[in-house]
Amino acid sequence: MIDLIQMIVNGVAVGSSYALMGLAMVIIYKTSEVPNFAQGEMALISSFFAMMLLTSFNMSLYLAFFLTFVFAVLLGFFLEFAILRRAKEPNILGMIVITIGIEMIILGFVSWKFGADQKTMPFPIGPYDSFIIGDIFVSKLEVLTLVAALLLMTTLYLFFRYSKLGLAMKATQQNSVAAQIVGVRTNRIMMMTWGISSLVGAVAGLLISPTIMQPFMMWDPMLKGFAAAVMGGMTSLPGVIVAAYMLGIIENLFGGYISIEFKTVVAFVIIVLVLCVKPSGLFARHYIKKV
Amino acid sequence: MDMKRDYYEDVQLLTSPVVLFWFAVLIGSLYCLPFFVDNYYIYVANYIAINIIVAAGLNLLVGYTGQISLGHAGFFAIGAYGTIILMTKAGFPFLLALPCAAFVSGCFGFLLGLPALRLDGPYLAIATLGFGLTITQIIGRIELFGGREGIHAPDITIGSWVLDTDKEFYFLLITLTIFLLLFMRNLIKTRVGRAFIAIRDADIAAQTMGVNILYYKTLAFAVSAFYAGIAGGLYAFVLKFIEPEIFTLMMSIMFLAMVVVGGLGSMMGAIAGATLLCWMDLKLRNILDIPYVGDWLEHLSNNWFSITGVSNIQYIVFGSILVGIMLFEPLGLYGIWIRTKKYWRTWPF
Repeated sequence: MIDLIQMIVNGVAVGSSYALMGLAMVIIYKTSEVPNFAQGEMALISSFFAMMLLTSFNMSLYLAFFLTFVFAVLLGFFLEFAILRRAKEPNILGMIVITIGIEMIILGFVSWKFGADQKTMPFPIGPYDSFIIGDIFVSKLEVLTLVAALLLMTTLYLFFRYSKLGLAMKATQQNSVAAQIVGVRTNRIMMMTWGISSLVGAVAGLLISPTIMQPFMMWDPMLKGFAAAVMGGMTSLPGVIVAAYMLGIIENLFGGYISIEFKTVVAFVIIVLVLCVKPSGLFARHYIKKV
Repeated sequence: MDMKRDYYEDVQLLTSPVVLFWFAVLIGSLYCLPFFVDNYYIYVANYIAINIIVAAGLNLLVGYTGQISLGHAGFFAIGAYGTIILMTKAGFPFLLALPCAAFVSGCFGFLLGLPALRLDGPYLAIATLGFGLTITQIIGRIELFGGREGIHAPDITIGSWVLDTDKEFYFLLITLTIFLLLFMRNLIKTRVGRAFIAIRDADIAAQTMGVNILYYKTLAFAVSAFYAGIAGGLYAFVLKFIEPEIFTLMMSIMFLAMVVVGGLGSMMGAIAGATLLCWMDLKLRNILDIPYVGDWLEHLSNNWFSITGVSNIQYIVFGSILVGIMLFEPLGLYGIWIRTKKYWRTWPF
């Protein structure tokens, strides 16, 4: 029983980081229909930026994190403005290839600049600081990740529901021509979307970096986040969150009870099975193309 | 462009004596190559030929049928491991083991094609990507396949001929490559290929015209996986030693990059893309040895970047090529070739 609860707690913690990456991808896909494979690397360069500020420039933690968030938003703006907006005849394969290209550029740049070896992030909470509730170990970092994820989700929900910019984003997603007619600058909205998404990704990156800090650190969370986003239906914010926590918990239970070796791939098997039954994910209405 | 007047003219391979002549020259020079260049370049040629086979297969799926695959490293791995296991454990001769392993890979392609019938866009991307990662993980855990430590390739014998040098292997490989490419070219030009193209352009319209979507989409996956399997089986003998870490997601991405850089939906494009990217890959691995640029990069790395990570510049180069191609020339190298040809044909005007 204790084992089961322990596994579920760990699963929830892992699920939070998947949820953050998945959210970042869904925000972009909702407005611009781009499956952003560069999401992980955008988070990667932000966390290395934070590390550089903290170690080489000896900044205080709050200032460094604030600057990192500003950097992440600007990076998102830049990528949308300089690359995605310039794409000719954008189709889905073209967009996938462009974002993979961006991913490789950033990955190459980061590993050239910092080398491929494991770094340590001077984060105030170490990966092994934990406390015990009853008989269950909970690491402080996991709690922080969970709290941050919940906070961000609530903020995003309120933002999309009540703010003017959020409403404009929703309008752009539903019908961009109509949105343009009523005076929404859809180009600028896209840029904002990339900025926000990059920010959410950067939070995820910073929360992962105390445990693992090397150029390939974001591949696993990014792919699992993408898997969660697809499973949740790619356009639904609550969907991706539910799917991410499901994946996190199932993965841990599978690792605990059936086979620890295949733990990392079970998510993809689940994805394929889910897609066989519901081709547009669990929480999106299936769209049937009409002639 | 020339007019095609009947069906035979459209499927004809050698349209005129001039084409026949150049075709013969090309084949002849490919076979004479080992007598003139040294061993390293034969290794390079083998490496490129294998990637051309994969790129041709992937081009059938991505360029002609309009599907997305980020999991071709999985099929490649099945071909490589299948061939070696069939030869060492079951005692098959090479010429039987290779098609058997590729057939297994084709069956997996068929299985992956089934869910793909209902998926498109990012859904298909994640499903194929997951497949590629899962295959590598599973192979790495099975003792029969050598596990994490990897497995050695035996010597190839055909009859009494033992192929133990790169040069001898080159003759086998080049024969297979030419045969597979001609087969692929005929497949695309005839009924089956036209069905693939119809599915890519408008699947509902194709269905209305009587194209069996279920059959042709899964067939595209199966043929593409078969080609990747053949290439994988041959690759095992170029490397002489395989381990699961070779067949990564990055490899699948590189295969896709070859097809996209060369130009979607053109065989010449796939060949050109595979050649260019493989050659650059081999060159960029030792980037500091390149004249002039190497010294400058070493200086730059020592002052601003890290010298240990200097080989990662190849990712920057490949990424820039991908982004640049998509932004400026979505038809890839083939598009550039078409434009140049058109420019010179009408030159003063």
